[in-house]
Amino acid sequence: MTQSVLFQAMVYLAAGVLFVPIAKRLGLGSVLGYLLAGVFIGPAVLGLVGEEGQDIMHFAEFGVVIMLFLIGLELEPELLWKLRVPILGLGGLQVVLTTLLAGGGALLLGQPWQAALAIGMIIAMSSTAIVLQTMNEKGLMQAAAGQSTFAVLLFQDVAVIPILAIMPRLATYPVAESGEAAHPSVLSTLPEWLQPLAVVGAVISVVMLGRFGMRPLFRIIARTGMREVFIATALLLVVGVALLMQSVGLSPALGAFVAGVVLANSEYKHELESDIDPFKGLLLGLFFISVGASIDFNLILQNPALIVGLVAGIMTLKALIIGLLGKRFGLSTDQNLTFALALSQVGEFAFVLLSFSRQNGVLSEETNGILTACVALSMALTPIVFLVNERLLLPRIGTLAKPDRETDNIEEKNPVIVAGFGRFGNIVGRFLRANGVETTVLDFDSDRVDVLRKLGLKVYYGDASRYDLLRSAGAASAKLIIIALDSPEKSLELVETIRKHFPNLKILVRANDRDDAYDFIDLGVDHIYRETLDTSLRMGVDALRLLGMRAYHSERLARLFRRHDEAALQELASVRRDSRQYFSTARRRIRELEQLLGSDTPDRWLKGIGEGWDAESLREEARRSSD
Amino acid sequence: MAKLLIQFAHPALEKSRTNRILLEAVQDLPFVTINDLYELYPDFDIDIDREQDLLLQHDYLIFQHPFYWYSAPAMVKQWEDLVLEHGWAYGHEGVALTGKKMLNVLTAGGRNEAYQTSGYNRFTIRQFLAPFDQTATLCKMIYLPPFVVHGTHRMPDEGIQEAARQYRSLLTRLADDDFDPEAVRPMAYLNDLITEQQSL
Repeated sequence: MTQSVLFQAMVYLAAGVLFVPIAKRLGLGSVLGYLLAGVFIGPAVLGLVGEEGQDIMHFAEFGVVIMLFLIGLELEPELLWKLRVPILGLGGLQVVLTTLLAGGGALLLGQPWQAALAIGMIIAMSSTAIVLQTMNEKGLMQAAAGQSTFAVLLFQDVAVIPILAIMPRLATYPVAESGEAAHPSVLSTLPEWLQPLAVVGAVISVVMLGRFGMRPLFRIIARTGMREVFIATALLLVVGVALLMQSVGLSPALGAFVAGVVLANSEYKHELESDIDPFKGLLLGLFFISVGASIDFNLILQNPALIVGLVAGIMTLKALIIGLLGKRFGLSTDQNLTFALALSQVGEFAFVLLSFSRQNGVLSEETNGILTACVALSMALTPIVFLVNERLLLPRIGTLAKPDRETDNIEEKNPVIVAGFGRFGNIVGRFLRANGVETTVLDFDSDRVDVLRKLGLKVYYGDASRYDLLRSAGAASAKLIIIALDSPEKSLELVETIRKHFPNLKILVRANDRDDAYDFIDLGVDHIYRETLDTSLRMGVDALRLLGMRAYHSERLARLFRRHDEAALQELASVRRDSRQYFSTARRRIRELEQLLGSDTPDRWLKGIGEGWDAESLREEARRSSD
Repeated sequence: MAKLLIQFAHPALEKSRTNRILLEAVQDLPFVTINDLYELYPDFDIDIDREQDLLLQHDYLIFQHPFYWYSAPAMVKQWEDLVLEHGWAYGHEGVALTGKKMLNVLTAGGRNEAYQTSGYNRFTIRQFLAPFDQTATLCKMIYLPPFVVHGTHRMPDEGIQEAARQYRSLLTRLADDDFDPEAVRPMAYLNDLITEQQSL
């Protein structure tokens, strides 16, 4: 049966739209929702999708690639360097120990040693897609468990490369007819001595491209102001890098990760992040659906005891090894539990390795089928394991263990966000920086971003009024946001977004003039700064001085005027819709102020200005007593 | 129970170990109001109405400040100039502060011996404080001897902590009106009131 692409797309999307909200509502997490959606539309239930599941999965693996690109963006090289011990120690030991023990188990079950070694390596892999997605959703990435998990997954992604190289040498069965490797590689056409050079060259070119090629390109694209072209460029970058890596036999996900790390210091970081994120979400969803759809329930039903036993055995073994390592590396009990259970499944790279090993004649068809079912089942069980851990295990253990100290944050988190670094914002920003207050600056003018970066300032390019960009700039944990955008509409939009999503932020907003200020007062903003008020008054003070007035007196008059004007502004904001009342109030205010400043009326305000230093009443009393 | 208003003036509190500890020691006392002048009026633009209302609500006016150039930081003078208005605080009709008590709480870098007629500074603290004394008298207030923490330049933390404890018990005692103002007035320092009590 050939179905149209549109029909397939509709089935996948409908399943996702239907199941994910239900799963979320039941507190099961989106990953389980997608997996269930896959089972539902797959051969086991509706049979709407079938053989093409594998193809879709290959396509959807691109979601993993994008995810690693995003992770790379979050990780600046220094942070990566900081994580070197967990990556090499935890990750390396995990892969080696799991390979040896799982391989030993396979040997005991009667596999030849070559196949047993292959099985060991396959089982050592965990699922980057499911684990990172779930941890992100639960906000666990910054915790110690999240960081260790990430380190292990990163090592596994790197380990895939040598594993793919070793696999063909373990062949004991006749090579499958297709013969070609899962990743068709240009490399095989090159002479053998050139191959390692090509691999190194590819990685270097990704780094060079990211460092010297992409920024100017993004700058040009950003200047056009067309968001879709910017998104297309970002996707092009990820696809291009993935393709390049694949052509030299490296993991595309790893290539994307490297590209991400290279761009982590770039001013376009936040914009890239929020633009690509939706694609990651959709593709990962598709990936999870196809995993669900590809679970072969017939095979499971034929050998229920064997498969259930294998899945339970594999997951227990992996959890034990990881838990033991976590303990050695000093994780607290509750964090270690999360860490061990999170990585206990076998991951999507196992699918790649399994098909690769089948084609290369490492594993028998039967072993291959059973293992594929086990991998899919263990992935499907992961969200459930997370739930059990969260609902049943942690509440019991968490109360015993001391609360875990937060590890270093990966994301940049500053107490102050400055939106708009133009003629107004840059003064505020520089003042704060000069006084040691760290600020995250967002600006939408790519030319200005360019100049500021040349001056050595850390500035991010992007439209500050967007929720996702604000979030990735750390709005959830910042204390203040200073809004100094040129457009009043954008500022209002931004204030509304902040009010709705980040009530923790105190808002300091620049207003062009009175009308702007009224709008902000309506929105309940307390700290409003009319950009020309203070400068105008300074000019007024200088004018008075040039006319012969004493300096200190002029200054005090300006302060008095400003106080009065700010009070009038608040009062007028409430009556401005009623034009009659507005003008009468405004007339009264102006009259008051002129009386206050210009006449000798012994008004309270005026009294404050000079009375203490020369009280008329004192002179009068002195005259009366001498009479 | 009497209510105490601390007019606190320090232009660089972030640098002052002693004043910070003294303030912390008394800030939770329910009968004490701390009015941090440099924090409230960084532009010296003093809100006279607010300050006069505060004075009316309290029985004690306590100036707490470092001893700058044998007097208080500039803000205290500005405050006196503007808030103690003729016809309100002094003059025929100026009776708003009548009967209230006033004192200075000082931190001084120099040691006690330096502030003697025979000492390095040639005058006693009481002599330097004559303008405050007379200001209080003109405003029909009762001026009490100062509470002084001497030698802050070289004082160890324990010394400051001890001074802070004394300060706290002094304020508590003032609030309880547990002393005879006339007996206290000739004292050089109000510190003696506390140490005397301890020696009993």
